[in-house]
Amino acid sequence: MKLTLRVWRQRNADAEGAMSTYQVDGISSDMSFLEMLDTLNEELILKGEDPVAFDHDCREGICGACSLVINGDAHGPERTTTCQLHMRSFEDGDTIDIEPWRASAFPVVKDLVVDRSAFDRIIQAGGYITAPTGAAPEAHATAVPKPDADFAFEHAECIGCGACVAACPNGAAMLFTSAKVNHLNVLPQGAPERETRVLDMVAQMDDEGFGGCTLAGECATACPKGIPLVSITAMNKEWLRATRKVAKR
Amino acid sequence: MALEYADFTTGEPVTDTKSPTGPINERWDTRRFEAKLVNPANRRKHTVIVVGTGLAGGSAGATLAEQGYHVVQFCYQDSPRRAHSIAAQGGINAAKNYRNDGDSVHRLFYDTVKGGDFRARESNVHRLAQISVEIIDQCVAQGVPFAREYGGLLDTRSFGGVQVSRTFYARGQTGQQLLLGAYQALSRQIAAGNIEMHPRTEMLDLIVIDGKARGIVARDLISGCIDTYFADAVVLASGGYGNVFYLSTNAMNSNATAVWRAHRRGALFANPCFTQIHPTCIPRTGDHQSKLTLMSESLRNDGRIWVPKATGDQRPPNQIPEDERDYYLERIYPSFGNLVPRDIASRAAKNVCDEGRGVGPGGQGVYLDFADAIGRLGRKAVEEKYGNLFDMYARITAEDPYTVPMRIYPAVHYTMGGLWVDYDLQTTIPGLFAIGEANFSDHGANRLGASALMQGLADGYFVLPATINDYLARHPGHEDITAEHPVVQEVLAETEDRINLLLAVDGDRTPDSFHRELGELMWEFCGMARTDSGLRKALERIPQIREEFWRRIKVPGTGEEFNQSLEKANRIVDYLELAELMCLDALNRAESCGGHFREESQTPDGEAARRDEEFSYAAAWEFTGTGSSPVLHKEDLVFEYVHPTQRSYA
Repeated sequence: MKLTLRVWRQRNADAEGAMSTYQVDGISSDMSFLEMLDTLNEELILKGEDPVAFDHDCREGICGACSLVINGDAHGPERTTTCQLHMRSFEDGDTIDIEPWRASAFPVVKDLVVDRSAFDRIIQAGGYITAPTGAAPEAHATAVPKPDADFAFEHAECIGCGACVAACPNGAAMLFTSAKVNHLNVLPQGAPERETRVLDMVAQMDDEGFGGCTLAGECATACPKGIPLVSITAMNKEWLRATRKVAKR
Repeated sequence: MALEYADFTTGEPVTDTKSPTGPINERWDTRRFEAKLVNPANRRKHTVIVVGTGLAGGSAGATLAEQGYHVVQFCYQDSPRRAHSIAAQGGINAAKNYRNDGDSVHRLFYDTVKGGDFRARESNVHRLAQISVEIIDQCVAQGVPFAREYGGLLDTRSFGGVQVSRTFYARGQTGQQLLLGAYQALSRQIAAGNIEMHPRTEMLDLIVIDGKARGIVARDLISGCIDTYFADAVVLASGGYGNVFYLSTNAMNSNATAVWRAHRRGALFANPCFTQIHPTCIPRTGDHQSKLTLMSESLRNDGRIWVPKATGDQRPPNQIPEDERDYYLERIYPSFGNLVPRDIASRAAKNVCDEGRGVGPGGQGVYLDFADAIGRLGRKAVEEKYGNLFDMYARITAEDPYTVPMRIYPAVHYTMGGLWVDYDLQTTIPGLFAIGEANFSDHGANRLGASALMQGLADGYFVLPATINDYLARHPGHEDITAEHPVVQEVLAETEDRINLLLAVDGDRTPDSFHRELGELMWEFCGMARTDSGLRKALERIPQIREEFWRRIKVPGTGEEFNQSLEKANRIVDYLELAELMCLDALNRAESCGGHFREESQTPDGEAARRDEEFSYAAAWEFTGTGSSPVLHKEDLVFEYVHPTQRSYA
């Protein structure tokens, strides 16, 4: 395959960025999208040009590092992570636009690499269960109904890639935040911190400069792990419940 | 008879492993009781550096911070949540015996020593088995969503090399869920101000002052700024070195720099040739391949492995009748069948492919067939168990594993070797500890499935926090170090010189081209089957590649910016030295054991033949300079509880 790539190039956080055009040839349909970019970078290095910076690590769809907007879609045309997208999803002769996540809470570091540390701070605000090492009761002391365990797992699958934010017209982080709130709040182990968790995480999310949620639903469409849109409504319910409960105290 | 290889010398044996004596099930209690404690009020005066945030590093950082130590932690990823433990699929072992199927701490201990082909230290393995049960408790308390049965209790499944069901799992994402548990505990401590977290910061060297580990040199990957960090103890939790092979199931950026730099500063490196080739990976498709993807071993619970009986049979799998298929694992190993340990399954796959019976492009693959399981359990049940793995397979290969058997082939997955550590997980540099895959301690010559997660978390949550206390209590008054200290200045200057040299060569070959070349050489000569002559060839070739590297490497850009090519090139510098030690170790160990298969040492029916009288030791290597002869120190392995036998899974 022969392709035309239009890639966002930006030297660093403070520099102006622009789209640059490159041609790549000899691309096999079995290649992953990132292997196609590897091919481009090998050529750029040998030509003495700066290769395109992009985040990637596990290349098996689980670490959440890769983060490209491809032809306007977070992670591209398939419902998967960029690293699991293969060139068989494209046609010979295609022109492909490649951009970083676009959100004010995710500033560009270089080219296609962005700073997603805001996500870490949301987790730090309450996305955990306080269980110091050594203090745990026997694992079978508390049975967890299977539907609750499955619900928790479904939300715990979030890989923190940020596609939800990149896809959202408002740059909101509701799906990310709700995934963790729902994972922990449904479990009996998470109950003692149920109210503070949702209130603190939502407050942190707002502080980080993410946009407000208008339930556009783009986040759930872009999510490579299929975190459902109802996750957000479930979190809103948790938040209202917590607000009322804390007000009563 | 050991083969003589002139390019190393043999030094004093390693005799002090700090392992207590006495009944094996009391040793860990004994050690904990004898370990000195640090007064809680004094702990905040101690700084501990932790490099890495995977299962071992994440759990260690969180636990040390909970205890009151000041933790300074590093990861090269943009977030501690992305460490490669996240990609572990299958599960975590624990001797809970919830199934009442005859499991026990002793059986887990026995299985692990046997699975490791009698090349691990008994005391360490027993402790691991003891702690395994606490890990499950800890993770459940953190909210790790393990698979549960309808009654609300935890589900388990079987894994290779064992006959009980002791593997706890969270669909095919167990590593992810355990890592997020550790990451969340870490996050709580970061928010509490007990951990100073440095993401996108890579350790480039170790600072050793007066014989003790006192800090590290690290590079901020965004600004390129190289800085020094000081502490009272340094913990390396930086993972394994499988990426020496270029193609492996490791993450692209997983690397050996932290452990190799520690080795260069004096820490012995043990059993570098013990690498695990995982039998169930997706075969490569071409030269563009950048990494290999694992298909969880749990698939061998229900999938049946086969190849055509006839060589060169090109028919599609569904046109090959049952009686023309060779379910070779079930045939050769009737009692364990498809669940033999990884090393055995990998070698068997290589053998049938070498016979010309491999399937798929280039004949480098075997079938993993779920037709029987789907017929027996129904498609829905199979989907429930393995859905995400099947989806991943379909995405990568564009084939539907529900209707066409998967094609799999072995790939480099894990490294049992690593920094030599004593029972306290301390390296031979006082104050330097190594945990998780970075050390060599528990898996011998072959790791059993679902034991890496167990070991990483055992080390980080329970072992290190107990043993590091003892070190810190015995060294309470470290002098303060500043960046002006002459040793610090020297280490910093060496690091900067290396980075500057990489940028200055301005040759005509990319970092990847060298990495690929080294990887192919290692796969051919130090991969699934090794020979004296092949290893000698590799040992001749590696110094030549190294020489060429420093003549022809091209790294664009500067050191004062985000520069991924520079990161890669700097890691390859270390692979080019480590690879040589791996080959030397493989050459010296003229026996077959676990993942290390020497063609000269096999039983008449082609199984690995151990040679206990000569090689029942851990080989701990001392660095003496790049390209100069290392010194071999042997730690004799004594088996008091599990009597070494030829492993049999037939």
